[in-house]
Amino acid sequence: MEIFTLAFMQRAMVVAIFISIITPLIGNIIVLKRLSTIGDALSHASLAGVAIGLCFSLSPVLVAIIFSLLSALTIEYIRRSFPNYSEIATAIVLSFGVGVAAVFSGFVKNGATFNSFLFGSIVAISTLELVSVIVLSIAVIITMLILYRELFYISFDEEGAELSGVKVKRVNLVFTMLTAIVVSIAARTVGSLVISSLMIIPVACSMLISKSYKQNIVLSVIFALIFTIAGLIITAFYDLKPGGTIVLIGIAVLLIIVIVSRKQR
Amino acid sequence: MNVLEVRDLSFSYPDKSILHRLSFNVESGDFLCIIGTNGTGKSTLLKLILNILPSTEGEIRLLGKPSDKFRDYSKIAYVSQKATSFNRDFPATVEEIVTLGLYSQKGFMQRYTKEDKEKVAAALKRVGMYDYKDKKIGHLSGGQQQRVFIAKALVSSPEIIFLDEPTVGIDIKAVDSICCLLGELNKSGITIIMVTHDISSVLFHSNKVLLLSEDGHGEMMSASEFNSHTISNHVHHKH
Repeated sequence: MEIFTLAFMQRAMVVAIFISIITPLIGNIIVLKRLSTIGDALSHASLAGVAIGLCFSLSPVLVAIIFSLLSALTIEYIRRSFPNYSEIATAIVLSFGVGVAAVFSGFVKNGATFNSFLFGSIVAISTLELVSVIVLSIAVIITMLILYRELFYISFDEEGAELSGVKVKRVNLVFTMLTAIVVSIAARTVGSLVISSLMIIPVACSMLISKSYKQNIVLSVIFALIFTIAGLIITAFYDLKPGGTIVLIGIAVLLIIVIVSRKQR
Repeated sequence: MNVLEVRDLSFSYPDKSILHRLSFNVESGDFLCIIGTNGTGKSTLLKLILNILPSTEGEIRLLGKPSDKFRDYSKIAYVSQKATSFNRDFPATVEEIVTLGLYSQKGFMQRYTKEDKEKVAAALKRVGMYDYKDKKIGHLSGGQQQRVFIAKALVSSPEIIFLDEPTVGIDIKAVDSICCLLGELNKSGITIIMVTHDISSVLFHSNKVLLLSEDGHGEMMSASEFNSHTISNHVHHKH
């Protein structure tokens, strides 16, 4: 356990805790609105931002956030053109993100830096990144708490929410922007290719055992915390990629819950 | 007093004309059934009244205000057709769903009080679903779910409840019990405006019928007039 006395590991733990709280908070709404692929689309868009940032010596995380935000707004715009086929919007943005990332990654001088965004580099977090993760995470948590009832209502019945006076378009826009921010900051730490899994898997686990909406949110955060902290500990001892390890632990737990809950039926 | 006034309302989808110069009034305490065959615009009419769809021609006044300027959300409640087509695995309890109905009264950033919890309990008791308050909504039968959605509509003490095909996909026994419940609510003073294709179960409780025809016109009549109209049509067809 000596490793946890090291500064970089302590920073990794703090970041892991904050990421584990914000990803399922966003993930719950994404899953319940049946938009599970949006995380994938935005993480690929953020990867395009990373590639451009690295090419032009700009902050990759900042460009990723801008790219994700623009992509999120584009998804909302395309969704309105295809209201009954909203997955078309996510597919288009995902393809665009992959295309831009592929083209610009060819011009990135240090390939290792780009790869660290693919699978995350939670143990190589700088102090500035630590502070920005904490500040942005607190902002996301507060906004999600403020919009708790509105997001619950919209996820369950968007039309009913509108007729009860919920500003549906405004809330959806804020939520999409929060998703873009979470995807970008989490991509740096757990990796663009696995961030959407971290949004979905804890929620999938909690949906199988929760008895209420509130409990579903609390349990999904607890699951995410368990996966991430366990993943980091294993990573520290066996020198594995943290993002992949975290997701594989999540999948293993999900399988166990699926099997146990089926046996109990 | 008229709670709903519709004047010369016309509506067309790009490929089809639905409603043509429709005019009718609904008074406070009425129980109106909107009926017609598929495609006559029953649900469209409800959506126009509630401004879910913007109307292009004609005038709709809801509780004295033009429907596009109507903001007294706590005075109306809507049980949509979508209410019963939600995701069955949605992780929410009956109590949580009914509490959503209070949003129109509370608004943004207002916390729920003990009094609000009591209102939810009272609404659930009124529809006979209090014992199920901690159950997940997806674990109930279609009839029980519909009662919960009626409780969600009731919790804000609305003046008018709009229902879009509330008896679709529900067994006949549950349909009768829901129609009786709506009749009781109407007797307590709530105006009910309901789109239905299953007029036989609800006719006994309603006092007005709006019959929409395929040419986009509508005929308003009392429930007893509708009854004799149906019988005479039936006899006419037999001959």
